[in-house]
Amino acid sequence: MAELAKTSEAVHRDYTGAKIGMWLFLFTEILLFGGLFLVYAVYRTKHQADFHTAAAELSVAIGAANTMILLTSSLTMALAIAAIRRSAKTASIVFQSLTILFAVIFLVNKYFEWGAKIGHGLYPNSPELLAQSHGTILFYGLYYVMTGLHALHVLIGIGLLLTMLILTVRDRITNTDFVKLENSGLYWHLVDIVWIYLFPLLYLIT
Amino acid sequence: METNFYTYSGKHRGILAWILSTDHKRIGLLYLSSMFTFFLAGATLGILMRLELIAPGPTIMTAQTYNAVFTLHGVIMIFLFIIPGIPAALGNFMLPLQIGARDVAFPRLNLLSWWFFITGGLIALTSLFTGGGPPDTGWTFYVPYSIRTGTNVSLALFGVFLLGLSSTLTGLNFVTTIHRMRAPGMTWFRLPLFQWSLYATGWVQLLATPILGITLLLVIIERFFGVGFFDPAKGGDPLLFEHLFWIYSHPAVYIMILPAMGAVSEIIPAFARRTIFGYKAIAYSSLAIALVGYLVWGHHMFTSGMSDASRVVFSLLTFLVAIPSGVKVFNWVASLYRGSIQTDAPMLFTLGFIFLFSIGGLTGLINGALSVNIHIHGTHFIVAHFHYTMFGGTAFAFFAALHYWFPKMFGRMYREGLARVAWFIIFIGFNTLYFPMFVLGWQGMPRRYYDYLPQFQTGNIISTIGSWILVSGLLLMLFNLVRSISKGEKVGDNPWGATTLEWKTSSPPPHNNFAEIPTVTTGPYVFK
Repeated sequence: MAELAKTSEAVHRDYTGAKIGMWLFLFTEILLFGGLFLVYAVYRTKHQADFHTAAAELSVAIGAANTMILLTSSLTMALAIAAIRRSAKTASIVFQSLTILFAVIFLVNKYFEWGAKIGHGLYPNSPELLAQSHGTILFYGLYYVMTGLHALHVLIGIGLLLTMLILTVRDRITNTDFVKLENSGLYWHLVDIVWIYLFPLLYLIT
Repeated sequence: METNFYTYSGKHRGILAWILSTDHKRIGLLYLSSMFTFFLAGATLGILMRLELIAPGPTIMTAQTYNAVFTLHGVIMIFLFIIPGIPAALGNFMLPLQIGARDVAFPRLNLLSWWFFITGGLIALTSLFTGGGPPDTGWTFYVPYSIRTGTNVSLALFGVFLLGLSSTLTGLNFVTTIHRMRAPGMTWFRLPLFQWSLYATGWVQLLATPILGITLLLVIIERFFGVGFFDPAKGGDPLLFEHLFWIYSHPAVYIMILPAMGAVSEIIPAFARRTIFGYKAIAYSSLAIALVGYLVWGHHMFTSGMSDASRVVFSLLTFLVAIPSGVKVFNWVASLYRGSIQTDAPMLFTLGFIFLFSIGGLTGLINGALSVNIHIHGTHFIVAHFHYTMFGGTAFAFFAALHYWFPKMFGRMYREGLARVAWFIIFIGFNTLYFPMFVLGWQGMPRRYYDYLPQFQTGNIISTIGSWILVSGLLLMLFNLVRSISKGEKVGDNPWGATTLEWKTSSPPPHNNFAEIPTVTTGPYVFK
């Protein structure tokens, strides 16, 4: 390894570099959501009471279920990396597939949740919503935009994890070269942790 | 060893060998050529704007066209020229060479960044000719107008979003590269100062650009779905948009100026033939600018409606951020003391930079003072200040660096005499164009207006004449550079006798940059 580090080939095997890059990328993701959290903080301060009553309309049960699902998926993700480290390829493939499965279930739940709200006429710019107070309009705006942007990240995560799954099956991710999987895991944990903040801010503030 | 990166044959042929290349040098040149194409478009819009203002009343275009023209001039110059500017073009080319690396940390991501850049740029230009007509909001896209106007704002915003992504990824790449890929012996305090400025810029790109991303997305969402975040009728607050926008866009001016300061810090030692004065002070002041510059955005909003307490704090921070810039200026000037100064074109542009940037910086303090700001807010004074920092500052340093590194990039020299003449014309034209704007603004002529009162005509005529002088100088400079790419005189690997690492390899450099990675034993500016 020491000799390899001197050649240009080593450039593409710089694990620390790859990790630094990934962490920097996660900073940018946090700031992307940070903009929304700022909007949330401003409007929540202005419309305390409206936010409380509006949040009561959301289903804590579905939200809690989705929280459990995402947390479990973070566990399976970590197990997938642990498995590849000890060369347990099959176990890693199973855990990666489970992670993807949980992500899909999360999105299905989200679909029904949004569907029900839209069925009740509660969506941005709907006549139903515009008849309500300013705070309620903003709360639902934030609800859709924040969970929407998060869902988009889950979707991207599914694509990313599918790629990793294929790479693992084809032995391109192995116990000596798994930084791609590790970085995908970091991304997945970020998606998870954003939800950990969204859940109380949107569902539990009643 | 004889092949350089132009003659190196990779996987692809023809144009593909460029637009699919992961070689940082080729990517740098891709940026350079696309950027100057956009620059010429932006300059054309600028000269049309000046022509319209040569006399009161309608001259060559309608008011609506004028609104579109100043919007596009801003969008193109800011997002397509000056933000990617020095880091993406020259930074890409020089960063690995200066730290003794073979490439950046993530070469493919680097290429992807260029693709985001060119796609974003083309989308922004497409918005001119499609939909409800060219955007007319000003480059700041202020709500509520940007939500209500029927022009093609959404597409332009999406283009700018992609440009932001490109800028973020470039920053990520550079920060990682400087952390991980320095040659043996290249400690942090042996880094050339250009690298310090790229490093500080990289962090600003990383930490500020995502805020712009989400803000622009929110405006797009607002236009399509009417969520109401910025619409007072639905409880939203337009001021919140201004805050979010400037949280990015003020640090963005440091994205523009920091690499310029870095380039100048390279040129001064090379042309004064002595080491830079106050190396550490210059390095740390780059970081200080990046840090404090993050916290001064409110000074764009002194008249928008903010509490007195916040205005005082933002004003104070604005004064503070001038200190590290001042530190740099004093260090540059001190570096010249007792040097054997050569006034070749790069040095002339650099001296022009110091002079013009000082005017730009000091007028920035005038803007930053609360009471005066009320008087000059939204006037041509701001336009003048901004162009003195961004054009007189960043663009002059960009031109300086372009001349300085020209023999490095192409192995040939531009015509020195022609370059000096071009510099002189640009310098005269620049001041004729922008200085009257200080006066006009002070007298109360608002910016972004298509028409003005008759008493402002003299200043406007002078300014418009300046625009013609400036553009002829720019064309002469570009002509000189472009023709010298193929016809310039061949010069050796290090025509300036500069000391930093990029001059230790052949010019133009081989595909792998260095036959053998050098070991660094001294600081960057040791002249024997």
